[in-house]
Amino acid sequence: MSTTTMNDSKYAIETRAMNIYYGAFRAVKDVTFSIERNKITALIGPSGCGKSTVLRSFNRMNDLIPGARTEGEVLYHGQNLYDPDVDAVQVRRQIGMVFQKPNPFPKSIYDNIAYGPRINGWKGTRAEMDELVERALVGAALWDEVKDKLNQSGLSLSGGQQQRLCIARAIAVQPEVILMDEPCSALDPISTLKIEELMLELRQRYTIVIVTHNMQQAARVSDYTAFFLMDKEDRAGELVEYDVTSKVFQNPADKRTEEYVSGRFG
Amino acid sequence: MADQAQAKAEQGAALAVSIPQTIDLRKRPRIGESIIQTVLFICGFISIFTTIGIVYVLFQESLSFFADPAVTLFEFFTGTVWQPRIGEFGILPLLNATLVISSIAMLVAVPLGLGMAIYLSEYASERARAILKPVIELLAGIPTVVYGYFALTFVTPILRGIFGNDVVSVYNMLSAGMVVGVLITPIIATLSEDALSAVPGSLRQASFGLGSTRWETAIKVVVPAALSGIFAGGIVAMSRAVGETMVVALAAGASPNLTWNPFEPAETMTGHIARISGGDLSYGSIDYRSIFAIGLVLFFITLALNIASRRIVRRFREVYD
Repeated sequence: MSTTTMNDSKYAIETRAMNIYYGAFRAVKDVTFSIERNKITALIGPSGCGKSTVLRSFNRMNDLIPGARTEGEVLYHGQNLYDPDVDAVQVRRQIGMVFQKPNPFPKSIYDNIAYGPRINGWKGTRAEMDELVERALVGAALWDEVKDKLNQSGLSLSGGQQQRLCIARAIAVQPEVILMDEPCSALDPISTLKIEELMLELRQRYTIVIVTHNMQQAARVSDYTAFFLMDKEDRAGELVEYDVTSKVFQNPADKRTEEYVSGRFG
Repeated sequence: MADQAQAKAEQGAALAVSIPQTIDLRKRPRIGESIIQTVLFICGFISIFTTIGIVYVLFQESLSFFADPAVTLFEFFTGTVWQPRIGEFGILPLLNATLVISSIAMLVAVPLGLGMAIYLSEYASERARAILKPVIELLAGIPTVVYGYFALTFVTPILRGIFGNDVVSVYNMLSAGMVVGVLITPIIATLSEDALSAVPGSLRQASFGLGSTRWETAIKVVVPAALSGIFAGGIVAMSRAVGETMVVALAAGASPNLTWNPFEPAETMTGHIARISGGDLSYGSIDYRSIFAIGLVLFFITLALNIASRRIVRRFREVYD
């Protein structure tokens, strides 16, 4: 990524007429919206509406799928992430990701956190790394539970702890934006609650975009909600409504949004 | 139409009535089944029987070899000269040659095979994989005698050209070792590729999501996660290298020679067994029996390697449970 400085724009990511294709199939069409900085934006919609595809386009994770192609613009600090001279690896160092299923590396808790900084050319001392690991784990509300067993495998933790470890791992590289792809769908309600509380804390320092199937979750944690739906004719996902969360849930402008959020389909 | 319906109804009624009357749950003989079961049991048993037979013969002949006053167990394992004609039976020269050649082979095969495996599992497109995998399997199907000729008539002249004719003998361990390495590369490549492909894709996603390149992901995440499977593959390849005969018989020379110098000729355990077996030794002579003792040592080496690889594979399975 070329040198772009922090600008004063209130938006972290803006998309302009974004179309995403898998081979010849258009999965997402004409999505234009802007994601506000230091807010939680929820992407909701029934299965197959393209919300995960949209999320993964923000850090070019779709590049890893053979045949996937993105048209239009995804602007980050005013630069289109899909310009030919933009390096996907650099993008992902700025825009981190937490996945649906907790996926810690089969390494120690410590090494899980240290992995990101190390591949990013970490040059500090061991003591500084210890501090960084602690800060990331504190930031992910996991420190108290694991501080005495940092050398144990990340896989020895419970599902909810593993997911917080993955969040700690993501914030250890100090990204600006964290994308979360249904981060609680594999967790029990208590672990889910912890992650939600954590998201509200993280909002102060990061911009969070979350895909969720759980509408209560979207209503509870998000500031903005984007509702996606699959067009019945060409089966491409499109953005139906995007607004402040309370507006989307209580007074939606579109009939289809109302039907979805009131649980009449999907 | 009405007739048909009526006929059907009658038929149905007849069936409904007749079923309870003809039910017969008594055991009946199924001769075919028991014959097949017996045949299959014999097939399974033959493999065990063969192994037992081989081990029995090895032990028996070795026993009579060590019973001979010309040799003691201690001499056999510590003697530095193997010259049956003058009654010297020290296995160290043969063992050493096997070790040197296997080590050279592993030095060639591990980087090459692992590189192939990483390319296939982490980099190759579907098309490249579809071409490469059969080619690697083809490599594994080439008769070893061809590899032997390849070592003697292609690799050795190149080595002599590089290091000089006075340094490199016509028969030498380096050439044989390198070619054995090529021969076992497919084993390492396919087994490592299996291990790498078994690593869950979610780990790769996590690594890419943190801003890793493909290489960082492969080396720092995927390979460590597959390490025990790769180790197990390496051990299988190692035991193949230890047992390889044709290449060393053709290219490494036919004289027992205790040396670490890879440019010199030296005969391995397998090469010696092949040469002696092909010669005109009289049945029951001490020279004849000596090859069984060598065979027994080979058997224990490969057995140990196999046990090691099984243990490692078992540990490897636990990781993803």
